[in-house]
Amino acid sequence: MSINNYIFLASALFSIGVIGVLTRRNAIIIFMCVELMLNAVNLLLVAFSKMHYLTASVIDHTTKAGTDGQIFVFFIMVVAAAEVSVGLAIIVMMYRNIHSVDVNFLNRLKH
Amino acid sequence: MGITQILFWFLTALALGSALMVIFSKNPVHSVLWLIVTFFAISGHYILLNAQFLAIVNIIVYAGAIMVLFLFVVMLMNLNSELESQKGKWLKVAGAFSGGCLFIVIIAALKDSADMHQQVLLKSGDIGLIHNLGKALFENYVVPFELSSVLFLSAIVGTVVIGKKGD
Repeated sequence: MSINNYIFLASALFSIGVIGVLTRRNAIIIFMCVELMLNAVNLLLVAFSKMHYLTASVIDHTTKAGTDGQIFVFFIMVVAAAEVSVGLAIIVMMYRNIHSVDVNFLNRLKH
Repeated sequence: MGITQILFWFLTALALGSALMVIFSKNPVHSVLWLIVTFFAISGHYILLNAQFLAIVNIIVYAGAIMVLFLFVVMLMNLNSELESQKGKWLKVAGAFSGGCLFIVIIAALKDSADMHQQVLLKSGDIGLIHNLGKALFENYVVPFELSSVLFLSAIVGTVVIGKKGD
């Protein structure tokens, strides 16, 4: 499988996430689309790490090239987990204050 | 067409279809469930790339922990589909158009690059196994690993402070 299939897939998933952020008004669904974009980037990082491993393993059989890309994906997942917990707490607080999760009601900082 | 390619195209179709259903379904609970399907398809891609550690972490962290958190919040708020005020039709068309433009621009920029036809190693190569990743994580990446625990601690404190009742 060549890398362009993965590039097409990941950019399609990323664009779907962008479309979701632009067209939906529910704050939770916008947040889920952000998660979708993060996952598209993760998939592309893993695919590139395996591509790098294949080109490096032709020269050296015992190479560990491409490990760093997968470690990056692991750290992206760590940061995403922390981000989701804080973001959902903010959404819950917003729901408690204005009884809605519609981002349309958030167009001003003070009311 | 081997079994690997059939699996690749099946998982691709599953991921794209369920990602589209995430943004098109009216009910937020259905969106959450479709996003879980997307994450499982992406985990399938990881297994196909022989990155088994990341596949399991993706299922446990994303499909397990994060999406359950989303589901809890959606059900806690008792969100109904008719409560969401819809954007104007033209605003939706403009959003979809600009997203499609982004896709076309990314593809057009990358289409002629030299590395575009390099192969990706499927099904073999042991860099994605836990033996190699654990060694790299605790030899070269100890400091970021420990810093991420500080990040988690601050996330816990922040969540409790933001989410607690009263002010």
